[in-house]
Amino acid sequence: MSTFIIGFDLLLGAGLLWLAWQALFHPKPFAAVVHFMAFGLVMALVWVRLEALDIALAEAAIGTGVTGALLLAALGRLPNGATPRLALRPWQRPPVALALGVVLLLGLWLAWVAWQLPRPGLSAEVTAALPESGVRHPVTAVLLNLRALDTMLELAVMLGAVWLVWSLGPELRPYAPATALPGLPALTRLLHPLFLMVPAYLLWRGSHAPGGAFPAGAVLGAGGVLLLLADAVPWMQRPDRQPLLRLLLSTGLVLFLGLALGGLLLTGTFFAIPVAIAALAILVVEVAAALSIALMLMACYLYGEPGR
Amino acid sequence: MTEGLALIAPWLIAAGVLFFMAGALGLWRFPDVYSRLHALTKADNLGLGLLCLGLACQAASVSAALKILLVWGLVLVASSIGATLMASTALARGLRPRTRRGSRDS
Amino acid sequence: MSGFFALLAALLSGLALLGLFRATSLLRRILALNVLASALFLLLVTLAHTEAGLDPVPHAMVLTGIVVAVSTTAAALALILRATHSHHDESDP
Repeated sequence: MSTFIIGFDLLLGAGLLWLAWQALFHPKPFAAVVHFMAFGLVMALVWVRLEALDIALAEAAIGTGVTGALLLAALGRLPNGATPRLALRPWQRPPVALALGVVLLLGLWLAWVAWQLPRPGLSAEVTAALPESGVRHPVTAVLLNLRALDTMLELAVMLGAVWLVWSLGPELRPYAPATALPGLPALTRLLHPLFLMVPAYLLWRGSHAPGGAFPAGAVLGAGGVLLLLADAVPWMQRPDRQPLLRLLLSTGLVLFLGLALGGLLLTGTFFAIPVAIAALAILVVEVAAALSIALMLMACYLYGEPGR
Repeated sequence: MTEGLALIAPWLIAAGVLFFMAGALGLWRFPDVYSRLHALTKADNLGLGLLCLGLACQAASVSAALKILLVWGLVLVASSIGATLMASTALARGLRPRTRRGSRDS
Repeated sequence: MSGFFALLAALLSGLALLGLFRATSLLRRILALNVLASALFLLLVTLAHTEAGLDPVPHAMVLTGIVVAVSTTAAALALILRATHSHHDESDP
């Protein structure tokens, strides 16, 4: 049995390396993008092998679904599929080679240092703090209670990315298929309930098992990109709904801030959530964060400010 | 009952893998978009169905087995619509299906 | 097993760095950065993986990192699109 597993691991590793090579060095940009999407799918299998199921789900939905859609949409809009080129001048080659060498050495050093880190790291501390966090799953506890500041800043980074994308100009029309088949709208109508049910299930699961706001937001966002492709969410582009859209986009961050300030008022420490209300507060923030993440992924896919 | 299911499960999975390999071979060797889609949607969905059936036979509970079968159903829906979209988009972009003689109506 | 996946992460990040420095097209650089991010996530989770289970802190970091990676990708792609569209007028391909 273990021979099979070793063989499977070797196959996964070889596949990943080959797909990465094709994604990086294939002469055609389109083929490179498709290889990168396949790379993401194989990566999701690797996450399953490492028993990180929620990362596998997020990788499959975001790393392959949303990133692939973003890359393909960008590729289709670039003239003749050609991307802007930066040719190196001859005198630039030695410095670039030097920089590559330095970066590789630094990377090796960093990997060696990381290898020396004490293991299993902080899991004992997290397990000790788990009863006071309001949830039973350690990853959710870390994300939404113990290291909530990181998660909040991550939402801020994402909102910043949306702000950057939107400030560059009006939205670019999403690509519709060249034919007016009823298939895609029918598919989205069929999958609509699933796109809501699966994230709701993941959110509910997050308190005691792998799941939570990030996989839920990822699945909801990937479904939302499909809805955008089928032109099934016209309200996002309507000028009179823009305030609502902005409100929903920032809900996750605002509620996080509210939680942090509430903790400051109640206990005197920033982000200290009282144990009595922790479960409820985490649930509310998780729902808002998942919704915001999904909408931010969709907002990035618009490649510009809607309704302008 | 359970022993019987456990007995046929490996055969179902092996047959599924066989269909998957046939589909992959078709994807690799077939000449144009339409025949490749044919290989992908027909052979691979049958392979996936057999694989899911085999895995469902081995599943610990009925709900797990139903979830595995749900995966098959969803992939069937998505791949059939995806294949239709791809084929009709290719046709609209002017890719003619490869025929042996003359041209086929689409 | 964890040694194997750590080696895989090292090889992937080396490949991605090579691609990043050799690439002349901006799209290829974004792909290289994404592969590099995946390799680093793999290293983090591999290091967090022990017999006792996963260390939740790197696990949570990777989960947020995937979302940050996609938003940086979107921002970079939007910049590339606008940079090319300033030369070419908006026209349907």
